[in-house]
Amino acid sequence: MSKRDRFKSVPMPKQPPHERIRNFNEVALGYTEEQALMEAERCLQCAEPQCVKGCPVEIDIPAFIKLLREGKFREAIMKIKEKNSLPAVCGRVCPQEDQCQKDCVLGKKGDPVQIGRLERFLADWEREHGVELPEKKPYTGKRVAVIGSGPAGLTLAGDLAKLGHEVVVFEALHEPGGVLMYGIPEFRLPKSIVQAEIEYIKKLGITIKTDTLIGRLYTIPELLNEEGFDAVFIGTGAGPPIFMGIPGENLSGIYSANEFLIRVNLMRSYLFPKWDTPIKVGDKVAVIGAGNVAMDAARCSLRLGAKEVHIVYRRSRAEMPARKEEIENAEEEGVLFDILTLPVAYYGDEKGWVRKIECIKMQLSEPDETGRRRPVPIPGSNFMMDIDTVIVAIGRRPNPLIQQTTPGLKVNEDGTIVVDENMRTSIEGVYAGGDIVTGEATVISAMGAGRKAAKSIHEYLMKRKK
Amino acid sequence: MYKIIEKRELAPGIKLIKVLAPEIAKKAKAGQFVILRVDKTGERIPLTLADWDQKEGTITLVFLEVGVSTKKLGRLNKDDVILNLLGPLGNPTEVKDYGSVCVVGGGVGIAAAYPIARALKEAGNKIVSIIGARSANLLIFEDEMKEYSDEIYISTDDGTKGYKGFVSDLLKDLLVKGYKFDMVYAVGPALMMRAVADVTRPYKIKTIVSLNPIMVDGMGMCGACRVIVGGKTRFTCVDGPEFDAHEVDFTELVRRQRAFIEEEKKALEIFERGELL
Ligand SMILES: Cc1cc2nc3c(=O)[nH]c(=O)nc-3n(C[C@H](O)[C@H](O)[C@H](O)COP(=O)(O)OP(=O)(O)OC[C@H]3O[C@@H](n4cnc5c(N)ncnc54)[C@H](O)[C@@H]3O)c2cc1C
Ligand SMILES: Cc1cc2nc3c(=O)[nH]c(=O)nc-3n(C[C@H](O)[C@H](O)[C@H](O)COP(=O)(O)OP(=O)(O)OC[C@H]3O[C@@H](n4cnc5c(N)ncnc54)[C@H](O)[C@@H]3O)c2cc1C
Ligand code: SF4
Ligand code: FES
Repeated sequence: MSKRDRFKSVPMPKQPPHERIRNFNEVALGYTEEQALMEAERCLQCAEPQCVKGCPVEIDIPAFIKLLREGKFREAIMKIKEKNSLPAVCGRVCPQEDQCQKDCVLGKKGDPVQIGRLERFLADWEREHGVELPEKKPYTGKRVAVIGSGPAGLTLAGDLAKLGHEVVVFEALHEPGGVLMYGIPEFRLPKSIVQAEIEYIKKLGITIKTDTLIGRLYTIPELLNEEGFDAVFIGTGAGPPIFMGIPGENLSGIYSANEFLIRVNLMRSYLFPKWDTPIKVGDKVAVIGAGNVAMDAARCSLRLGAKEVHIVYRRSRAEMPARKEEIENAEEEGVLFDILTLPVAYYGDEKGWVRKIECIKMQLSEPDETGRRRPVPIPGSNFMMDIDTVIVAIGRRPNPLIQQTTPGLKVNEDGTIVVDENMRTSIEGVYAGGDIVTGEATVISAMGAGRKAAKSIHEYLMKRKK
Repeated sequence: MYKIIEKRELAPGIKLIKVLAPEIAKKAKAGQFVILRVDKTGERIPLTLADWDQKEGTITLVFLEVGVSTKKLGRLNKDDVILNLLGPLGNPTEVKDYGSVCVVGGGVGIAAAYPIARALKEAGNKIVSIIGARSANLLIFEDEMKEYSDEIYISTDDGTKGYKGFVSDLLKDLLVKGYKFDMVYAVGPALMMRAVADVTRPYKIKTIVSLNPIMVDGMGMCGACRVIVGGKTRFTCVDGPEFDAHEVDFTELVRRQRAFIEEEKKALEIFERGELL
């Protein structure tokens, strides 16, 4: 081991690109025990660890790596779980390169410690070796309603159940998990892993009611005043897809990324006709946008048989918001990148199916007062692209139903819910967190918000005389 | 899991089921719909609430068997269960006393028009209803509609019952004869709703239609149900399903309804051969 170059990380085995674009199985295969130990060995156990500062939930990273190194896998995963309730998920989907791994001292001269891969290794180890249920506090007699079963809602539900409260999670869709279930594809986050995390939280004694749209079936005032809940947490996340509003955008064959990914992931369209929900992907696909959602849509398209998939993005490569690893994966799989390109119109055939996009080339302006270089169109640079499927992945707005049906709930102009530093909304006993508060963000920040809100709700419930 | 407690065939290919769903029954209002999934591999399909009973805790759905999902649903019997049921969805009908309202129902849409007619009648309106089907044996909900109509007119495409022609032709006849309506409600196939809109436009009668585009989630998250109304893109499941008929781009609605037609046909063939069960 000591012969290894300390500045080089242990690579993680992956399915080779030519194979993986023909299946929906997980791309990254995870470290073996030997590989994990080797990678853990690289950590310098810094006295002032920069990695912890970069972690949104401040996991004691050197401590868990030390335990891993000593072969104490159970203790190591428990160390992570002190702060992170969804390590198998976060180990797979967190943007570590912008968080914990960003300022790892080893990164200055070489590769940072692959903290995410180690986290994933431990979480997978635990799942295979049996998860230990934590102790539960005695029943407090308090009831909490949680709206939405994404990472924010699930984390909060688990935390409050451990503290002895009765928790009911209401989820509108037919499967719990939020984006983890309906958005992020199987090949990046296997649904069996999400389901295992949910089973674990259920074992803590919480009830999940699917097929329940709050705002329509019950409003928040009804939950508090008629259904006997002492507090409510809103974790409804982002939903309505944003379209560009350009001509031809409603042609058939133009999907929002949300529609496309819901069909593929939640409805398992890739198994059509064995599963009933259809999807149609042509030979040439254009995905508009370059975030995680766009990469996921592009890579799903390949797996559904597209011959050519383009990411069409109006800025340059450096500004792409997707995780670096996912951009690399997409590129390896053959996704093409049309940068500095903006769609301006779509044209269809006689059946109303999209056939062409008109685009305009862009250039980056001089940095403005915020230092950001804006993309501006180059006059006369319009050109046509033949395509037969478009996926629009330029963002989503906060789900609006709760805001519309809860009198007195303070909402920002962009539709997100206003909370204070303790995740309290403008209504007593009502809390919120996750994408519904921040706008589209990350799994770990939603989880962190759930954690914080759980603490705050617990204090509120214990202070309150019923 | 939601249990079917009653099942009837109303006409060839048109079935009625009563489903135990007390929470939905308690909140249901005219004009709203549900989304259901028959089984684990099922599609999410929207169906309008044709009736509900708070005391009994049931909702009633009436559907035409057109493809795999509705045929699967049609094969279920009393005491079988539906795996998922989400509702009530969509904005309820704006019920108030408009004066004289004409309620037009076409095909299976008559069942969806029924709660609207009832609510409007109970709000004090005079109800003239026009119901129609391709042929006499396909006409459903005649008695139910009669109960809440001051006058009722019937049409069939082939003339086997009532007026020979479309409901929109019959409506036009009434208008030519001098009938005055303060409002027209139309529920049925997209082309029928368009025809009604075309009839009422020159008379400047406010006309509301209940649209039926393809849906997936039914809660505003996917945009599959987007339609153009008054030049703007709207999501039918959350902004509708009822819209001003004179503002709707029906050409696009019909086009988008047919987006997956080849896949649906293929799936249906496989299903009918019994290979999907
Ligand atoms: C395709 C895609 C890929 C992504 N990739 C990554 C990634 O790699 N890394 C990363 O960190 N982040 C990623 N994200 C972002 C991340 O998934 C989200 O930030 C996170 O899931 C937000 O969690 P949440 O709990 O706030 O809400 P969500 O996960 O959005 O869950 C909200 C839940 O609430 C339900 N709901 C909404 N309204 C109601 C209502 N009225 N009643 C009942 N239920 C309701 C919804 O159905 C949903 O299940 C990705 C997002 C998408 C869409
Ligand atoms: C708000 C709303 C209320 C409706 N109410 C009723 C009702 O009360 N009774 C009734 O018989 N039908 C109703 N429909 C239509 C019904 O949902 C479709 O007939 C059904 O989904 C068809 O599914 P299928 O698999 O049997 O047929 P498919 O083979 O999938 O399709 C046959 C046709 O049905 C339409 N369709 C397919 N999938 C969907 C979908 N997910 N959503 C909507 N339309 C689709 C398409 O136009 C297609 O051409 C309603 C639709 C909407 C949007
Ligand atoms: S910064 Fe890097 S080397 Fe230092 S403790 Fe954290 S992971 Fe280990
Ligand atoms: S059905 Fe998805 S937004 Fe309406």
